[in-house]
Amino acid sequence: MRVLMKGTEAMAEAAIRAGCSAYFGYPITPQTELIHYMSRRMPEAGGVFLQAESEVSVINMVYGAAAAGVRVMTSSSSPGVSLMQEGISYLVGAELPAVLINVMRGGPGLGNIQPSQSDYFQSTKGGGHGDYKLITFAPSSVSEAASMVYDAFDITEKYRHPVMILADGALGQIMEPVSLPEQGASKPSVKNWALTGAKGRPANKIFSFYLDPKGLEEHNLHLQEKFKNIDDEIKYEEDISDDMEILVVAYGTVARILKNAVQKLRGEGRKVGIFRPISLWPFPESALKSASMKAKQVFVSEMSYGQMLEDVRRIVPDEIEVKFYGRAGGVVPSPNELYIKLKSLLERGV
Amino acid sequence: MTEELIIAGFGGQGVMTMGQVLAYAGLNFGKEVSYLPSYGPEQRGGTANCMVVVSDEAVSSPYIDEPTSLIIMNQPSLEKFAPTLQENGILLYNASLIKEKVTSEKTSKVIGIEINHLANQMGKPQLANMIMLGAYVSLSNIMPVDSIKEVLPKVFSKKYHHLLPLNYEALDLGAKTVKG
Repeated sequence: MRVLMKGTEAMAEAAIRAGCSAYFGYPITPQTELIHYMSRRMPEAGGVFLQAESEVSVINMVYGAAAAGVRVMTSSSSPGVSLMQEGISYLVGAELPAVLINVMRGGPGLGNIQPSQSDYFQSTKGGGHGDYKLITFAPSSVSEAASMVYDAFDITEKYRHPVMILADGALGQIMEPVSLPEQGASKPSVKNWALTGAKGRPANKIFSFYLDPKGLEEHNLHLQEKFKNIDDEIKYEEDISDDMEILVVAYGTVARILKNAVQKLRGEGRKVGIFRPISLWPFPESALKSASMKAKQVFVSEMSYGQMLEDVRRIVPDEIEVKFYGRAGGVVPSPNELYIKLKSLLERGV
Repeated sequence: MTEELIIAGFGGQGVMTMGQVLAYAGLNFGKEVSYLPSYGPEQRGGTANCMVVVSDEAVSSPYIDEPTSLIIMNQPSLEKFAPTLQENGILLYNASLIKEKVTSEKTSKVIGIEINHLANQMGKPQLANMIMLGAYVSLSNIMPVDSIKEVLPKVFSKKYHHLLPLNYEALDLGAKTVKG
C-alpha cells in the first residue's frame, strides 16, 4: 500500500523497519522532522532514542552503539554534519558500520535552511581526516530515499564502512507516495567482532589507533583493498540513445527538475539523454563514460558551483565538451530555467 | 493530465492544510502526487505557499514555475504568482481580502470568492480554506469533492473529528458557489 509521507519521516520509518535499534540526533532544519519522528517511534519499536547536546556527542554515541554491534543511525543537516566529521573518520578507522543522513542546506557556515547540494565534496572525498571516502547514495524521491535507507543497513555491515544518504532540503520537506519496505526482511548480521561482553571468549578490541607506521600502513592498505570491492554498490539511472545532441547529468532533486526540461525538449524533437548517478561514491564511472561517448556534449547541473562536475569532467573523454549550470545558497533552479539553459546550448551546438 | 497547482497566502490561512489534503486525496483517488511546502521561519501572518502536482503519470519536477491553477488567498500572493499562470489556467482568489477586480487575459477562469465572509456566516472563520478547496476541486474537475471528504478523517487528528461535518459542509458550499 502506498502512503503519503514526508521525505524525512519516510527515511526514519524505513530505518526502524530495517531493524535500526539506536538513533542519536540533534535537531536542525530541514531534517528536524526526522528526529521528531524517531523520538516518537523508537520507544514504540523497542529501540533507543537519544537527543544529545550536540552533533559531536551524537557521532560518538553512534560510534559506541556501532561498536556494540547494533544497527545505528543518525541524521543531520550540513552544519551538523560538519561537526560530525571527526567521529566519521573514527568510524572508518575502526571499521564500524553506521547509517548517516545529511539533508543538505545552503552553506558555507550557518548558511540558510533552503535546499542545497554543496556537501558533495565533503561526503564523497573524505570530509574528515585520513585516507578514506564515504559510501554515498543520493535519492531523488521520497520512495527512493526510504528504500535506500533500508538497504544502507545491509551495505554498511557488509563492508564495515559508514554509509551516507545525501539528500537535500527539498527531499526532506516534500510529501510523496511511498511503499514502505517490509519490517523484518532485513536482519542485522552476526558480528563476532563486536563488543558484546567477553565472557567465555577472547576480548574484542575496537580502535583506530596504530602507533607503529608499518602497522598503520598495513591497516590503510587493508582499507584501500576493501574500498575496491565497494564498486559492487554502484547505482545509476540512465535514459539515453545512440545519437544524443546533449547528455544531462544531475543527481537528487536537480535530476527531477531537469527531467521536466528534458521531456519538453524531446517533445520538440531534440535528442536529449539523462544520466542520474545514484551512488555518488563509488561513482558510476564506466557507465557515465560510455553514455557520454554517445553524446555531442554533456551538461551538468547542481545546487552548488560545480562539485560533482569535477568527477564528470574527469570521466568524460576530453573531446566532448562539458557545460555547467549551478545555483547555490539555497536557490533551486526552476524547470524553465534549466529548459532555457539547455535550449541555448542546443542551438549553439547546431 | 497533469495539474500543477500553487496555493499561496498568509501563514494561518490554512494554505498548507489545503495542499496536504489535496495530495492525500489525489493519492487515494489513484493519482500520482507531490506536495512541496515552502519552508523557512514560518509564522502566522508571514507568507506561505505550497506546490501540489496531481498527475496520471509519475511526477518529475515537484517545483512549478508555470502553474495550471492558482489559489490566491491574499493580495501579495496575487502580485507574486498571477503573472506565472499558464494559458487557460484557473485563478481562484479570496475576494474577502482582494477587493480590486482581478482580470487576466491568459486565464480561462478567474473567480473571486468571499471565503472569509462565507466562513463567518457558517460560524467558523477557520472554514475559509475548505470553502476554497471545495470550489477549486469542483472547478478543476481533478477529482470528485467526495474524494476530499474521504481523506479528511485521516488528515485531521482525532481531537478535531467533531468538526468534520462542518468541513464537509464548507467543501460543498465552495463547490456550489462556483457551479451555481
